[in-house]
Amino acid sequence: MSAEAHTSTEYIKHHLQNLTYGQHADGTWGLAHSAQEAREMGFMAINLDTMGFSILLGVLFLFFFRKVAQSAATGVPTGLQNFVEWIVEFVDSSVKGSFTARNPMVAPLALTIFIWIFLMNLMDLLPIDWLPGVAGMLGLPYMKVVASTDPNATFGMSLTVFALVIYYSIKMKGLGGFIGELTLQPFGKWGMPANLLLEGVNLIAKPVSLALRLFGNMYAGEMIFILIAIMFSGGAVLAVTGGVLQWAWAVFHILIITLQAFIFMTLTIVYLDMAHQEHH
Amino acid sequence: MNINMTLIGQSITFAIFVWFCMKFVWPPIVSALEARKKQIADGLAAADRGKHELELAAKRASETLHEAKLKASDIIAQAEKRAMQIVEEAKDVAKAEGDRLIVSAKAEIEQESHRAREALRGDVAALVVAGASKVLRREVNAQAHADLLEAIKNEL
Repeated sequence: MSAEAHTSTEYIKHHLQNLTYGQHADGTWGLAHSAQEAREMGFMAINLDTMGFSILLGVLFLFFFRKVAQSAATGVPTGLQNFVEWIVEFVDSSVKGSFTARNPMVAPLALTIFIWIFLMNLMDLLPIDWLPGVAGMLGLPYMKVVASTDPNATFGMSLTVFALVIYYSIKMKGLGGFIGELTLQPFGKWGMPANLLLEGVNLIAKPVSLALRLFGNMYAGEMIFILIAIMFSGGAVLAVTGGVLQWAWAVFHILIITLQAFIFMTLTIVYLDMAHQEHH
Repeated sequence: MNINMTLIGQSITFAIFVWFCMKFVWPPIVSALEARKKQIADGLAAADRGKHELELAAKRASETLHEAKLKASDIIAQAEKRAMQIVEEAKDVAKAEGDRLIVSAKAEIEQESHRAREALRGDVAALVVAGASKVLRREVNAQAHADLLEAIKNEL
């Protein structure tokens, strides 16, 4: 019993560890072969699986959309063009609905966020042992397929969005306007410290909530898949139950992954809209 | 689960993807969509215009047809009138010709009878003279009594 519990714990831990490349404690460079090693590598390390899958999916997305963009004709759209146009119009109407200023960057940004996050989340629907199994056969110690369960990926995106929010806040309102927005409301100039505290929290909460919401949802979903997968080794009855549960959770997860991509996109649009608007 | 260089790598990757999407993906697709929207609107407008023109044409055609009918019935009426006129004229001409023929026939008859009467008168005078000479048994000098004979002839 304790042996089994031990393997279960190892199984879970194994699935939650990224394939990390960095400098070992003894000064050599290489892959981390345990969570302990990965932690010791500190900041100067890179998660090869997160980078690899996210770049692969992003390139896939841009490749297909670019192909359509090149051959985009005004006649009757067919197949892939139809699909791409449907998504583009969906994103475009979302942007037009929430973004009141004029900025040609916001709509492509929203499209990239939506599709990229959706594709990264979609990897969650692959049975969780397939790609890590293949990686194990190739001699890689770890393989985390879903890039959006890595906080590096979600924070990478949300911090980029945050940088854009700050950039456009200053560009639209001026440095003085931006600082004024942080310090002069809601209590007027005599409540400046309180204002700064409130508005600062408000500002910082944007990227943190964006990143953690996506990360938390995907991480929890992945965790449930892992727990269900453990049932497969628990005898016939548990295996069948696990199969049914996995199917049910996957169906429900389709909703979650789309919803999370949509929420990330919509909040980005809203934050950028707020950055473009003058408060008086 | 460790925050490391991946954070920066992901940010850069994300920025590059957004840039690429903004540069090469979004504008062509959106402009194609706009162009198609415009094309469809134009097509619908053209269809509307065509329908309107069709209505106008139908109206014009029925007007023309109506005019043609009126003209045709006018022409027919005129032709009938003209035919009647021709018949009337022909009748008049025929009647005049007939009258003329009758008149000339009558004149001829008159002339003929006059001539016959003259001839008859001559004959009767000769007969009378012959008779009278026979009666008188005397030679009546025709030249000497020509005046007399002529007077008698005129009396007959």
